[in-house]
Amino acid sequence: MDILIKLFCSFFKIGLFTFGGGYAILPLLKSEVVEKQKWLTEDELLDYFSIGQCTPGIIAVNVATFSGYKLKGIIGAILTTFGIICPSIIIICLIASLLNLYIDNQTVEHALAGIRIGVCALISVLIFDMAKKIYKQSRHKKLHFSIFLLSLMLLLLTDVSAVLTVISASVIGFLPKLLKRGQK
Amino acid sequence: MIYLQLFFEFFKIGLFAIGGGAATIPFLFDLSEKHNWFSVEELTNMIAVAESTPGPIGVNMATFAGFQTAGITGGLIATLGLVTPSVIIIIMVAKLLKCYAQNPNVQIMLGAIRPAVLALILCALMQIAKISLNTGLSIGVFFILTLLMLKYKKSPILYIILSAVIGIVLKI
Repeated sequence: MDILIKLFCSFFKIGLFTFGGGYAILPLLKSEVVEKQKWLTEDELLDYFSIGQCTPGIIAVNVATFSGYKLKGIIGAILTTFGIICPSIIIICLIASLLNLYIDNQTVEHALAGIRIGVCALISVLIFDMAKKIYKQSRHKKLHFSIFLLSLMLLLLTDVSAVLTVISASVIGFLPKLLKRGQK
Repeated sequence: MIYLQLFFEFFKIGLFAIGGGAATIPFLFDLSEKHNWFSVEELTNMIAVAESTPGPIGVNMATFAGFQTAGITGGLIATLGLVTPSVIIIIMVAKLLKCYAQNPNVQIMLGAIRPAVLALILCALMQIAKISLNTGLSIGVFFILTLLMLKYKKSPILYIILSAVIGIVLKI
């Protein structure tokens, strides 16, 4: 019982402080779920994130559901999902009734501009930490580094979707195995 | 009746919007054309609010659209409709992954996907940076915050509150 309440509260907190798209949730998840509660490893989080990217639905919700399921099965999945959407439901219903007060408020605008910068910094630090870790753990460093560069180029220079990028990367991952088999 | 319709429409969006909150926006434009639930202007306001309030954008949009259509119950039902497909699909995928996580082929796949996801996150960062780091002041604040975060591993929540305060004080 205790862990179920904790699961709900943790994801409620994450939902409350995620500003923007699915990516903004990553630093929060890493700090709460990986570092503080130690429910997931960093690798598991990144895997859930990759899968959440390719399955239908909102990425942040997918990652929340995934983490909840890993910890406490179906009940866990429902609780974490509910936890992450609860703050949205409460806040949006409040703001929707006071819409004009909110939209034209200068202080709100300044606060949001500040938060956006903060989110940029948080994600930069996260990328830096994760890159270090992925590189250290990788068993095919050259291949994985090329996948990173190739994906980056695809995403920046073409309008290939995130889903396609992830699928291509998983296919390229099998190259060393196929080459080895070809030599035999 | 309106509740059932709301649930069903948002269930469909949850099922077909792949890749994050922004992916729900075109579906919502379709909705405003199909039903008379909200106008395009209202939708534009919704996007502004959804992006600037806590919570994933897609979830915020669904709550807002549901609220606009049928009050608080509408907001709740639209959001539940949106996340139901995710919950079902992810539970199935998680079950599969549990069985095959140790499979060497799955390991190869996940190992190769990680660097690609890193590239995805980097691209997302560049997009946010383009619109948020557009003045000398904001770039300066960005570097100071990044250095602080690297030096002191405090909770992201603390840093988000700090950034909001900096935004208000410096009138960014």
